[in-house]
Amino acid sequence: MSAQYAIARPRGARLGFALDHAELLGALLVAPAIVFIAALIAVPFCLALYYSVSAYNMGTLSFSFVGLENFIEVTKSSIFQRTLINTLVFTFASNLLALVLGKITALILLREFPGRALVRCLVILPWAVPVALAAITWRWMLDSMYSVVNWVLVHAHLVSPDVWPNWLGEEGLAMVSIIVIQAWRLFPFSAIIFLAGLTSVPKAVIDAAHVDGAGYWRRTFQIVLPMILPIMMVALLFGLVSTFTDMSVVYLVTKGGPTNSTQVLGSLAFQVGILSGNVGRGAAISLYLFPFLLVATFFLLRFLRRREI
Amino acid sequence: MAQVIARRLRKDFGDERAVDGIDLEVRDGEFMVFLGPSGCGKTTTLRMIAGLEKPTSGEIVIGSSVVNELPPRSRGIAMVFQGYGLYPHLKVRDNIAFPLRTQGMARELIGKRVQWAAGALGITRLLDRKPRQLSGGEQQRVALARALVREPTVFLLDEPLSNLDAKLRTSARNELKEFQRRIGTTTIYVTHDQVEAMGLGDRIAVLEHGRVRQVGTPKEIYDDPANTFVATFLGAPPMNLLPRGGRIEGFRPENFMHRDLRPADAGAARYDFTVRRIEYLGNERIAYGTINGHANGAEYTARMPAHLAEPAVREGETYPFTVQPADLRYFDAATGERVPGPA
Amino acid sequence: MLRRLFQESGFIAALAGVLLFAAFPFYWMVITAFKQDSDLYNLESNPFWFNQAPTLEHVRLLFTQTAFVRWVENSLIIGGVVVLITLLVAVPAGYSLARMGSGKAENLGIGIFLTYLVPPTLLFLPLSRVISVLGLQDSLWSLALVYPTFTIPFCTWLLMGFFKSVPRAIEEAAIVDGCSLAGAFVKVILPVSVPGILTTVIFTFTLTMQEFIYALTFISSESQVPVTLGVATDLVRGDIFYWGSLMAAALIASVPFAILYNLFLDRFIMGITGGAVK
Repeated sequence: MSAQYAIARPRGARLGFALDHAELLGALLVAPAIVFIAALIAVPFCLALYYSVSAYNMGTLSFSFVGLENFIEVTKSSIFQRTLINTLVFTFASNLLALVLGKITALILLREFPGRALVRCLVILPWAVPVALAAITWRWMLDSMYSVVNWVLVHAHLVSPDVWPNWLGEEGLAMVSIIVIQAWRLFPFSAIIFLAGLTSVPKAVIDAAHVDGAGYWRRTFQIVLPMILPIMMVALLFGLVSTFTDMSVVYLVTKGGPTNSTQVLGSLAFQVGILSGNVGRGAAISLYLFPFLLVATFFLLRFLRRREI
Repeated sequence: MAQVIARRLRKDFGDERAVDGIDLEVRDGEFMVFLGPSGCGKTTTLRMIAGLEKPTSGEIVIGSSVVNELPPRSRGIAMVFQGYGLYPHLKVRDNIAFPLRTQGMARELIGKRVQWAAGALGITRLLDRKPRQLSGGEQQRVALARALVREPTVFLLDEPLSNLDAKLRTSARNELKEFQRRIGTTTIYVTHDQVEAMGLGDRIAVLEHGRVRQVGTPKEIYDDPANTFVATFLGAPPMNLLPRGGRIEGFRPENFMHRDLRPADAGAARYDFTVRRIEYLGNERIAYGTINGHANGAEYTARMPAHLAEPAVREGETYPFTVQPADLRYFDAATGERVPGPA
Repeated sequence: MLRRLFQESGFIAALAGVLLFAAFPFYWMVITAFKQDSDLYNLESNPFWFNQAPTLEHVRLLFTQTAFVRWVENSLIIGGVVVLITLLVAVPAGYSLARMGSGKAENLGIGIFLTYLVPPTLLFLPLSRVISVLGLQDSLWSLALVYPTFTIPFCTWLLMGFFKSVPRAIEEAAIVDGCSLAGAFVKVILPVSVPGILTTVIFTFTLTMQEFIYALTFISSESQVPVTLGVATDLVRGDIFYWGSLMAAALIASVPFAILYNLFLDRFIMGITGGAVK
């Protein structure tokens, strides 16, 4: 093995071959995505921080630094406090309702029955359809004069035609309305994820539990549920985050009314920052979303890593 | 000349040293098998020869040139991957034609070559199917045809039979060997299955932890293992190893016999074998037991051909067993390396 | 026996309840769109069915007296451009992350994915400033620029999952067979990944069409709005809601989503759950 051999060189490009540069190539391919995200998410985020500590106002266009004044003013405002509570109530109530409905729907869809495919098609419609179109449909359904819901209630003799509920015009009812609408939008996604989770548990595991003597409930709670918990939590966290930060349903259905009883952080930020032009204050309101996001992200990361499906 | 030489080959993955200084020579036209447990570096070495991994240091020679700088397509090699790597979106015909198309070969010539390769592997009738419509054995043949059609100087195969079920594996093995004999191309074959290695290889290189532990013909490796690793890796059940007198005595289960079966030569080793369990395997029986006074209850095995009913051996009893001196191998107790005979 | 009956009727009740809850608004959409105004606004009549003959008047109004068609065009243009941008950026990124060693890549992938969570209601303020600085305010191109901020993160994640499921052996076979890395990608990886890429395209398209907040923030003139914004805000004439036409518009605009989602649901689930669930 002491023979000498000549080194063969590739013809053409002297850059060596692709595998030498795999790392460089890899970085290059991801670069555009990272640049885009940095430019249009990271930079604006920093801008938002910057605005929140300035007296930036559409009228004045001055950037004078005002420290935490915006945050203090905002927090003192009773409208804001109401808004914060509304946002929490809206978020958790609608997601909880969606979770329960989603679970029921998933269990229904697990069973084989004639027309199941059609039911599945219909059930995902609330999630598939754009929020704006769904919202105005509900607005029509809950209209103060022509609401079909009220028509049913009156004809079922549950309410009198003179004092029927104004679903979008009375304080408590308005909140109930938007909670129901949001739950209606969310529950198909919850059902689908639940279904996916349930069907992904390997049959061998369920059979083993059966053989080990576990009845239906024990099997479900001690074996199946823990296995699909990570993906369920991811889906739930997504729902919570998107509801907490959303303003579409509120803006389209009640515009935050009546008297701010359905105002949420997102719609308030829109009103103050965009409609009224008080950018500094609007930014401060938006930033109240951030702590919630951080907490949600923390849990999301934990569950994303833990998932078995 | 299509020899393949690896010189002082090393490959590190971060802190992990997968290949630790390999020197190997594969002769022209030979069927060489890289054998070893998973993680021993055999696939990594194969991939370095192919050009899919870059060696950390060392040289690879194919034919008469050092090919380290060349991309896979310029090395004159063809490779069959574990799982075959057939292009699922192309018909069999186009799968086989693919390497020729990338070379820019003329259409009519490609057609002819594809026919020839398909004929050589007996898959002409499958040419218009897609991979997912084929059985495992058929897919393997397509992979071979795709490799063959380039008329490479070296074939590289990475555990191509591991996806087949046991019965199919034996016949596939035979076909492969026949095929290589006919074509005569230098072939390097990677496997962890020692039966496969023994059946296929002209020579076998046994690897462990990124190093070559021994290279030789199947007979050399089996009868003359260079160390305890090779001795126990080949043969199932593995060679019995008995520490005695500062050395390790090794003897294969088929040479571990009841004293009454044949007269023991001078210098034969004698043991009192207490049988714990007997497995009946049809063509033979395997006895598992302990040897009195040695290695505190370690298990030893003896193979007994079924057609020999006598002497009767039963579970729970102790019998005098012997090993002929010619069948004894000695190893250093500390290093495991082979040492010469008694005295 | 009684128990079975109880269970069965419970099942049917639940099924009916869920179905009613989910689908009734759509039924209401359909009925309203084709009911004559005198029937629609008559409080005495049965709302659930036609008391007078159904009419196409609302649909006619929609197409002839509103900018509905223009809005649909706008949405399609925006959707098309965003899909293009997203594919150009997310396909290489997803592929690279799928083929990089794990660990580093997994973290980067999750990192990119998490930016999907940064909400529009936080970014819309600074972005509206950026948009006006760029002179894109009140133009649909502002949306074409901004929408990729959420489509790229999500699609990179989706595509990462799809590319991971392509066996490496196929790529390496192509390299050994003589392709360059780019050649292997184009000739082998892409054709094999078509289902995944198609799912990504559909998903991107529907995401952009459904978006509301940025559209509301950046665009005010009727000629530039995408269809969902237009229907929700511009079909109101001087505080009067023309519910018939509104519902007709909502219905027409909803149908594509219903169809697309149903067709691609299974693939979509596979993508989100990382390919482990079929």
